[in-house]
Amino acid sequence: MSMAELNNENVLKALTDAFGDAILHSEMQFGMLNVEIPADRNLDIIGWLKSNESLKMEFLTDLCAVHYPEQKGRELAVVYHLHSWTRNYRMRIKCFVSAQKPEIASLTGLYNAANWMERETFDFYGVQFSGHPDLRRILNMDEMDYHPLLKQYALEDETRDDKDDSFFGR
Amino acid sequence: MSQLDTRNYDKFVSTETIDGEIATLNLGPTHPATHGVFQNVMKVDGERIISSEPTIGYIHRAFEKLAERRPYNQITPITDRLNYCSSPINNLGWHMTVEKLAGIHVPKKVDYMRVIIMELARIADHLVCNSVIGVDTGALTGFTYVFQEREKIYEMYEEVCGARLTTNIGRIGGFEREFSPVFMAKLKKFLKEFHIKFQEFDNLLTRNRIFMDRVIKAGPISAEKAISYGFTGPNLRAAGVDYDVRVMNPYSSYEDFDFIIPVGQDGDTYDRFIVRQEEIRQSLSIIQQALDGMPEGAHHTDVPAFYLPPKEEVYRSMEALIYHFKIVMGETPIPVGEVYHAVEGANGELGYYLISDGGRTPYRLHFRRPCFIYYQAYPEMVKGAMLSDAILTMSSMNVIAGELDA
Repeated sequence: MSMAELNNENVLKALTDAFGDAILHSEMQFGMLNVEIPADRNLDIIGWLKSNESLKMEFLTDLCAVHYPEQKGRELAVVYHLHSWTRNYRMRIKCFVSAQKPEIASLTGLYNAANWMERETFDFYGVQFSGHPDLRRILNMDEMDYHPLLKQYALEDETRDDKDDSFFGR
Repeated sequence: MSQLDTRNYDKFVSTETIDGEIATLNLGPTHPATHGVFQNVMKVDGERIISSEPTIGYIHRAFEKLAERRPYNQITPITDRLNYCSSPINNLGWHMTVEKLAGIHVPKKVDYMRVIIMELARIADHLVCNSVIGVDTGALTGFTYVFQEREKIYEMYEEVCGARLTTNIGRIGGFEREFSPVFMAKLKKFLKEFHIKFQEFDNLLTRNRIFMDRVIKAGPISAEKAISYGFTGPNLRAAGVDYDVRVMNPYSSYEDFDFIIPVGQDGDTYDRFIVRQEEIRQSLSIIQQALDGMPEGAHHTDVPAFYLPPKEEVYRSMEALIYHFKIVMGETPIPVGEVYHAVEGANGELGYYLISDGGRTPYRLHFRRPCFIYYQAYPEMVKGAMLSDAILTMSSMNVIAGELDA
C-alpha cells in the first residue's frame, strides 16, 4: 500500500488481501471501519495491523466487551479500538465468543495497555484472556462470584413494584 | 548564638545496613499523601521500592451498568463524576457523542462556547495537579496561590450552570442559556489578571533549584513505553510524543484555533509539570481566541426532540409540552448504531464508546478513562525509586480516583 492517506476502503482492502476469509464481516459505523474477525485469529491479525509498515496501528485505544444474550453461540463481543498515530486512522475490530466458552488470546504481548483493560473486561464479562499474566478482578472485589455487566443481571431489584409503569413498559 | 552540637544527633541516624531486608509497606487506601483512594502494597528495601502492587476499585460505582438504564440526558451527571477536577470536559464530550449518534449539528457559536468552558476546565485541572506536585515536594505556598484562581473558574461555572464541582454543564444540542453578562465580565477579568498570579506560581517552582533537584528524573518513562502503556494527555506529551486529540481529530471547531502542543523529553515529573504549565498558557490563548472570534447566533441548535423547550412554551403550546414530556421521560427516538467519540480530557484521551439499539437507554456505554489505562504503568515507573519519588510520580501523573474506578 502506498503512503496515501489511509481510509476505510484501502485499509479494508489491505486486510482482505492479507487475510481473505478471516475477515468475516465489515461495515462502516459513523465513519469508522468495523471489522469482524474470528476470535482465534485476533493475535495474528492485530499483530499484523500493528507491525505493518503502512498501517502501524501502534496504539490500543480501548478494549471492552459487549453482551448480546440473544445471539446464541456468539453472545460476547470483544471490541478493540485501534489507532494509527503515524497515519491518524482509527478502526474497530470485533471478535465474538460464546458465553459458555468465552476464551480469547490476550493482547498483553502486543500492548502493555491491554493488561488492565483485559482484567476489566474479565471482571465485568468473564471473558478469559488466555496468556494474560495476571487475570484477576480489578474493580470489583475478589470474592464476587458473577460478572455484573452481563445482561442477565438487572440493575435494580426486580421484586420492587413501585417503579412499574405500564405506559412505558418498564 | 551558640553552635549546635551535631555530635549528639548521630544517634538518630541509622547506621545499620539494611540491604536485603525487605519490608512490606501498605501505602493507602486512605493515605494523606496519595490524594484519593489509592492503595499500593509496596515491597521496600529501606526507602527504595522493589515492587509495587496497586489495588484499585475502592470507589467503583458501576457507571457503565447505571448508564444502561438511564436515558441519554440523564447520563451527563454520571460523567461529572469521572474526572471530577474537570467535569465540564466530560459533560461536553458526552453531549458531543450523543450529537454524533443522533446526527445533530450545533452552531459554530456553541462550539466556541464549549471550547471556552473546556479550556477553563483544563486550566483548573492542571492548576490542581501542578500545585499538588508542589505540595508533595513540601512547597505549600504555590498551592494556596492558584487555588484562589481555581475558585474564580468555579465561580464562572456557577454562572453558566449553577454548580461548581459536578457541573452537569450544557445540554445535548447546546447550552441551556446564553453566557450571562456576569459570566462575560468574570471571564474578561480572569483573562486579564490570571497570568499575573500564574506567573507568581511559575516563579515559585519552575526554575526553583530545590524543586528542580527534587523532581527532575523522578518517575520517568520513555516514549515507547508510554505508547505501549496507552498513555495519552500531558503524561504522554512529557515523554516527547505530540499526540493531542484536539489536533489529531479536531472536535468542537478546535481546528479554528492557533495553539501549540508542548512536549517534554524525559517523561519525568519535571517534564509533566512543565508540559502542564505551558498547556495552561495555551488554554488561555485559546479562550482569548474563542472570545474574540465568538460568532453571532443562537446558543443551541434547533432539535426539539433533545433540547428542552422554554418553560413558558411548555405551558402554552401543545408541541412544546409533548417534547418536554418526551425528553423528561426519556422517550426520544435515537438511531441504531455505534459511535466512538474522543475528546482531549485534562489527563488524556477521554473516549465514549456508545452502542445504541434504538432504545431509550444505551445498549452499552464504555468510557475510555485515560488514567485507568496509564496508571498500570505506575509499578514500573516507581520500581527502584525512592518512596518519596513514588508519591511525586503519582501526583504528577494526575490519577483521579473517580475516573480510575468509574
